[in-house]
Amino acid sequence: MRTATIESAAEKIYAFSTLEKYLINTLQKGLPICESPFAMIAEQINYQTANNTLNGMPVCNEKLIIETLNNLLQLGILTRFGPMFDAACLGGAFTLAAIDVPHSRFEEVADIVNSFPQVAHNYERSHQLNMWFVIGTESQAEIDYVIDAIESKTGLTVLNVPKLEEFYVGLYFEV
Amino acid sequence: MTNLALETGSEILSLNSDQLNKLREIVEQGLPINSQPYLAIANQLTAMSVTTVSVKQMPSTAVSEQQVIQQISTWQSEGLIRRFGLVVKHRQLGYSANAMIVWNIDDIDIDAIANQLALRSEISLCYRRPRRLPDWPYNLFCMIHGQSTKQVETQIATIVSELGLSHIDKDILFSHKAYKQHGARYQRQVSA
Repeated sequence: MRTATIESAAEKIYAFSTLEKYLINTLQKGLPICESPFAMIAEQINYQTANNTLNGMPVCNEKLIIETLNNLLQLGILTRFGPMFDAACLGGAFTLAAIDVPHSRFEEVADIVNSFPQVAHNYERSHQLNMWFVIGTESQAEIDYVIDAIESKTGLTVLNVPKLEEFYVGLYFEV
Repeated sequence: MTNLALETGSEILSLNSDQLNKLREIVEQGLPINSQPYLAIANQLTAMSVTTVSVKQMPSTAVSEQQVIQQISTWQSEGLIRRFGLVVKHRQLGYSANAMIVWNIDDIDIDAIANQLALRSEISLCYRRPRRLPDWPYNLFCMIHGQSTKQVETQIATIVSELGLSHIDKDILFSHKAYKQHGARYQRQVSA
């Protein structure tokens, strides 16, 4: 029942209030790390409103911020307040991989690839190489093992393109 | 294993390795949205510690709010945590289109061009990856998330024109369908 409620709420085009938009846009960039972060956010909003650097906000307090965020969580718009970890710092090995899958075999190959717990983010994409996924393992040797196993189970060649250098990572979605 | 949570002066003691692992697991689940979320986590860590050892034997297993705040700040400054903030469901915010733009850039030019691309607000990821010749000549990957295919195409055209990249061989791969979102290891928000 709960799942159905969340899905139907999410399907609607949700009209965000000014406060909701501000919270979504601002807090994606980071949450204050202090004893009462939500009280601090309320203070910041009130301060900016008083200085005319922010318009259309209600008078905020900690309770309103907490209620607004919990409501967005309930609606399934927010996932959580959490860390984005650096994969390499966490240890383990990661790569991006792709396969040129004949259309008639797409579902079958997707099932084989997805049966590996090391596989994540498997997308169909518009290209001759039409299946793209991430492999995350404990070690480089395990990456090679997973790729070999996928190749032998599907009879298809896996393109392996690990990250060599990072110029930018900053997933940010403005509303 | 040193486990003393004695706080002398302004110095806050570090957590032990067991507590660090538990703290990481807890913050991965997401911060509780209440008045003092870091205190709530500290209490959770304390409760986990006393399930194995009685409080009377080892009163020092208590974890303080300050220890939690200090540890998360340390992870952030060390770069283990890239960002500690709100994680949204981007499809639910209307971002339903995503494109991977792959470029075949001369090795000598790649740093300069990649750094220019990295400054564009439309681009959310920019990585160098190896060519796999003869099938795969592309060595730079960018990701753009947008509200429609048309919008993303317009954004790419703007970037190409403003940065003068029309002479560079590229391809654009739109995603059609997600067949799997989470894996056992790559389930957290990580950047690989």
